[in-house]
Amino acid sequence: MAENTYLIRGAAILGGEAQDLLIHDGVIAARGTDLSEEGATVIDGKGLVALPGMVDVHTHLREPGREDAETVETGTRAAALGGFTAVHAMANSNPVADTAGVVEQVHSLGRASGWVDVRPVGAVTVGLAGEQLAELGAMADSRAQVRMFSDDGMCVHDPVLMRRALEYVKAFDGVVAQHAQEPRLTAGAQMNEGTVSAVLGLTGWPAVAEESIIARDVLLTQHVGSRLHVCHVSTAGSVEIVRWAKARGINVTAEVTPHHLLLTDELVRSYDPVYKVNPPLRTDADVQALREGLADGTIDVIGTDHAPHPSEHKECEWAQAAMGMTGLETALSVVQETMIETGLMTWADFARVTSFTPAAIGRVADQGRPLEVGEPANVILVDPAARWTVDPHKMATMGRNSPFKGRELPGSVVATFFKGHPTVLDGRLNTPYKHPAVSSN
Amino acid sequence: MKHLLSTENLVASDAIRILDTAEEMSAVGDREVKKLPALRGRTVVNLFFEDSTRTRISFEAAAKRLSADVINFAAKGSSVSKGESLKDTAQTLAAMGADAVVIRHWASGAPHRLAATDWIDAAVINAGDGTHEHPTQALLDAFTMRRHWSKLSGVASTGADLKGMRVAIAGDVLHSRVARSNVWLLKTLGAEVTLVAPPTLLPIGVEHWPCKVSYNLDETLEAGIDAMMMLRVQGERMNASFFPSTREYSRRWGFDDARLKALDDLGMKDTIIMHPGPMNRGLEISSAAADSPRSTVLAQVRNGVSVRMAALYLLLSGDTREAAPLNTVTPAFASPSSKESN
Ligand SMILES: [Zn+2]
Repeated sequence: MAENTYLIRGAAILGGEAQDLLIHDGVIAARGTDLSEEGATVIDGKGLVALPGMVDVHTHLREPGREDAETVETGTRAAALGGFTAVHAMANSNPVADTAGVVEQVHSLGRASGWVDVRPVGAVTVGLAGEQLAELGAMADSRAQVRMFSDDGMCVHDPVLMRRALEYVKAFDGVVAQHAQEPRLTAGAQMNEGTVSAVLGLTGWPAVAEESIIARDVLLTQHVGSRLHVCHVSTAGSVEIVRWAKARGINVTAEVTPHHLLLTDELVRSYDPVYKVNPPLRTDADVQALREGLADGTIDVIGTDHAPHPSEHKECEWAQAAMGMTGLETALSVVQETMIETGLMTWADFARVTSFTPAAIGRVADQGRPLEVGEPANVILVDPAARWTVDPHKMATMGRNSPFKGRELPGSVVATFFKGHPTVLDGRLNTPYKHPAVSSN
Repeated sequence: MKHLLSTENLVASDAIRILDTAEEMSAVGDREVKKLPALRGRTVVNLFFEDSTRTRISFEAAAKRLSADVINFAAKGSSVSKGESLKDTAQTLAAMGADAVVIRHWASGAPHRLAATDWIDAAVINAGDGTHEHPTQALLDAFTMRRHWSKLSGVASTGADLKGMRVAIAGDVLHSRVARSNVWLLKTLGAEVTLVAPPTLLPIGVEHWPCKVSYNLDETLEAGIDAMMMLRVQGERMNASFFPSTREYSRRWGFDDARLKALDDLGMKDTIIMHPGPMNRGLEISSAAADSPRSTVLAQVRNGVSVRMAALYLLLSGDTREAAPLNTVTPAFASPSSKESN
């Protein structure tokens, strides 16, 4: 029995009362005080917070095609260390995940790795080209059971195409996750357009290019009665528009990245491309609005937009550099620093924005469940008192492009249980979960 | 001062030190033998990722007058265009023993990358980066203005600033590294700057700059100016709808013959007309204005060499590198110091 039986002794459940959790055969078998430890591996949970495994709605795993940047194996190791038990793998691989074949490949790679659930995101349009719908239904019906569709990195800017995509995914309870960026307003854009870009002489990425697309899309969503998810909201104006849409009953959800909750465009003054990201780092006023929006529920979830790049894509001039930052292994700490230590949110709120709601948006079965008896044991243990200094060279991701490099952050993931199996113990990778063989038919 | 990357962070004392040193360098340029041994044995690399013959030969003349060895590295048509990175290029130059790198780059911030990374440990001089800054251009403009302004005030240039001088800068501010460098430097030196441009050619956020902004060149002239600096405007900008046509641009924002005459009519007999070059005659400036006695265009070119000599001298012989006050060095330039032989 000891093989797959774990007793977590006295961890604060969602930051509340300290209780024991007994994990057995992949599920939470008991919850209470003074549970018997007979036959169980005991983990001291004193001072730790027990949370549901985090679910990332926005991860770039780079495989297939850019295995020099990340693989499903390395990316999901990073995810497990960061406290995730599921990630949504974005479609901008090579080949693009725009067919049942590619999403099934990514899904299979995820199962073979066994560190987290890998949920492929399907492309909305063929080749992310924004011209013709991909076979969304085939991806939905595939073994990967795709429910989230996104051309992330590219915006579905054609209003008719966006309308059709929103309508079409209703047939299988899908959601369109939009990377909101009006392309003409952002041609050659390098950073947030404002006082800093004016001084630095870098082409601006104006807030209106994001906000105008979100405004259009929530109206389209209302018109066709569908479901929209807005990726990485980055401006105060976007928060206002989403708030307005929700007040009108429009079925829209929104995500924010950890980096947009902490960093501003002032960092670009260094011209260090580690701060180059899309959408770009914005102003302090935007950061405050995003935090408030996340706290009051206007923004539903955290999405890391984990985007590893080989170092040569960042060791160059700003304009030449690739856009993107790693984020899986720092997400929990940054959200703790910006939302919990500021008093804006509790750990229960944290569970909502990093697990319950993201799993609901992606329609991920067995993830984002309450820590109750009989539920799947996707559980993490967090030491909120820990402090650590970010060193990208010590991370599991292949990407060294962490904008938090050298920063001291609070909170560390002590253990991650994925389907009742500890993928992370004592803050270090343990072993992956072994999926039962799929019966072929 | 280890590098000269921008004027934004250049304090007044350093700026005046460069201008004063440039005055001394200028005196050398008036001599029969225009060469000083100050940088003998030092290597200056002109690293140009973007064509600019005028800026390159100005730096080349400056370095040679100081007896430095000069390597011209035109990254266009070299391995860089085939994909060699800035990092590899910088490390190559470091291996060749470059003491200073004069870099012109189409990407804003490229000189900052050279200075901030450990790719190379040379002094970095920004010779124009993207639409960011062009600090030596602003310094030579300020040098030119200071000579004019001190002469009017009857004081010596050396040690003076530009307090009270009214400078208008007109043209494509949005894409101009010259405008940015000038705004910061002229403000630091005490001048009052007005930017004049169509609203489409001003950056969002310009209202936070330490200057006035006007859309109307005639009103700016009527308010009174001591220097009128015209910026180059690319006619192709009209294709991206920054303005409807070059004709309309010239009528509203070009320094044409009528505006040249207006200076006389308004009684501004001492107002100078400046242009960093190359000029688009007939677009942002008329030939009559460019060739008028008010024009300082050629003086700016001349002063460019003196200012770049000063920058190279101060960066390469200052601080850690055997500083010697120039006024004592000047007469002694003929005899190289013992340290230079090896
Ligand atoms: Zn995106």
